[in-house]
Amino acid sequence: MRALVWHGANDIRCDTVPDPEIEHPRDAIVKVTTCAICGSDLHLHDNFMPGMEKGDIVGHEFMGEVMEVGSEAKSALKVGERVVVPFTIWCGECDQCKRGNYSVCERSNRNKALADKVFGHTTAGLFGYTHLTGGYAGGQAEYVRVPMADRTHIKIPSGLTDEQVLFLGDIFPTGWQAAAQCDIQPTDTVAIWGCGPVGQMTIRSAVLLGAKQVVAIDRVPERLAMAKAGGAITINFEEESVVERLNELTGGKGPEKCIDAVGMEAHATATLDSMYDRAKQALMLESDRAHVLREMIYVCRPAGVLSIPGVYGGLIDKMPFGMAMNKGLTWRMGQTHVNRWTDDLLNRIQEGQIDPSFVITHTVPLDQGPEMYKTFRDKRDGCIKVVLKP
Amino acid sequence: MAYYNRSSAGDNLARGLGWFSIGLGVAELMAGRSIARWMGMEDRTNLIRAYGVREITTGVGLLALGDPKPWIWGRIAGDAVDMATLAEGMRDNRRAGNAGIAFGAVLAATALDIVCAQKLHQEEAHYRSLPVPDYSGRSGFPRAVSAMRGAASDAPIAEDMRTPKILQFQPATGQAGAS
Repeated sequence: MRALVWHGANDIRCDTVPDPEIEHPRDAIVKVTTCAICGSDLHLHDNFMPGMEKGDIVGHEFMGEVMEVGSEAKSALKVGERVVVPFTIWCGECDQCKRGNYSVCERSNRNKALADKVFGHTTAGLFGYTHLTGGYAGGQAEYVRVPMADRTHIKIPSGLTDEQVLFLGDIFPTGWQAAAQCDIQPTDTVAIWGCGPVGQMTIRSAVLLGAKQVVAIDRVPERLAMAKAGGAITINFEEESVVERLNELTGGKGPEKCIDAVGMEAHATATLDSMYDRAKQALMLESDRAHVLREMIYVCRPAGVLSIPGVYGGLIDKMPFGMAMNKGLTWRMGQTHVNRWTDDLLNRIQEGQIDPSFVITHTVPLDQGPEMYKTFRDKRDGCIKVVLKP
Repeated sequence: MAYYNRSSAGDNLARGLGWFSIGLGVAELMAGRSIARWMGMEDRTNLIRAYGVREITTGVGLLALGDPKPWIWGRIAGDAVDMATLAEGMRDNRRAGNAGIAFGAVLAATALDIVCAQKLHQEEAHYRSLPVPDYSGRSGFPRAVSAMRGAASDAPIAEDMRTPKILQFQPATGQAGAS
């Protein structure tokens, strides 16, 4: 089959690789009909995430048709069914899964010993996202093996297009969880850094959950235009001061809820601290550029909430933690517990409350994926979300 | 928004010049005395080392700090300073020939820097001539945003995702936190 394969920094290729096979009775094989490039895939492409190996198949946002089902998954899945596959693999049986904390499932990471050493305790297995999270083959491919498939799926009813439901596997519940864990009140100002795909979903989620005002921060005009369309007041950080504008919008008190939809690769040259981070990153003295976290801590209203769906990979320098402590900020973060949210979100899509396909700007065949990684990374051609068709 | 394309011909040339800067900078920093002696400019050893620091900084900027244009212009300015230093150093210099060779090398590097800067600006001009996509109609909602605000306020969100009551903002007139 054909698949997008990681070969090193800035080197993802469309290769021919062996077809996946059932390896465990709980597995299923899914024929991928549609998949997408996620912003967090760019961290792999740019080689900022540790634990990738040459030959790894990437991609964790995908859906398709069930082709084969292992003996222990047959009660939950049938051949021919249409499923979206969540990026977090979950067993449904461990203490964390029983609490709905699927992204920290204790049993789905087959490299648990390694994760225990690096993270202290393991988190869930993820598709196509480093050997720290299991080294499972990803879904930017024609076929994919889904481990623990009796749990790790979202069944899709007929009548909905792939484009409407694909993002249930990652960015829609990620944006939703980012807003939900802010516990948004009708009096809240919610500030969202980053108007990429997750930021766009977070904006819509914050509006649906009833925020008084949603403020979106970015520098790319077309992304800001899409954010405005979704109901956000926009701030272009290259044209005005984020801190001053947020204070102006909140009567000088700061936003109650701040959401980081940027993560470890904050724009490298906009501020002195970002340049400092980038230089340290280049010299391998730091792994993540944390400008957004610093700015959120500074501008957030005391006793406010910081929500962090943006992906961080390792070590951060110059974190004003004293400021955070003294302001009594609540931190909420983590990978998304995808299936915790998807029944509700699927209903909302079916009812027409939201159509997540609004974010798609490019649809191309799988073999154009490597070039689209670069287009997406460089924000060329108005690119916000790339969908691939194997 | 500053434009740069990390896969373009101009950017590849800039990256090459970035590595050249780092290599030259390390050489100037580590072997400043030898370089100065070879050019007959022993009294400028510390200056050459300082130029080495400048080259390394510019190299890191070109390789790692996004838009390469400011850093390429930084290199061009540095080239001018280098040439002025070398021109001045060639006077009454028993090794003026060697200093002249260095001057020629800097002149060649300057030409390459100027070509690179031109290429990067041409690429930006081409990008800016392209039509900007219009996403102003992409709300994702079936109705006006004002009608959708709070439409999911009844969403099933478990207690562990809620802010504990004691940490929530309370009405200003209430006895917040008192019990």
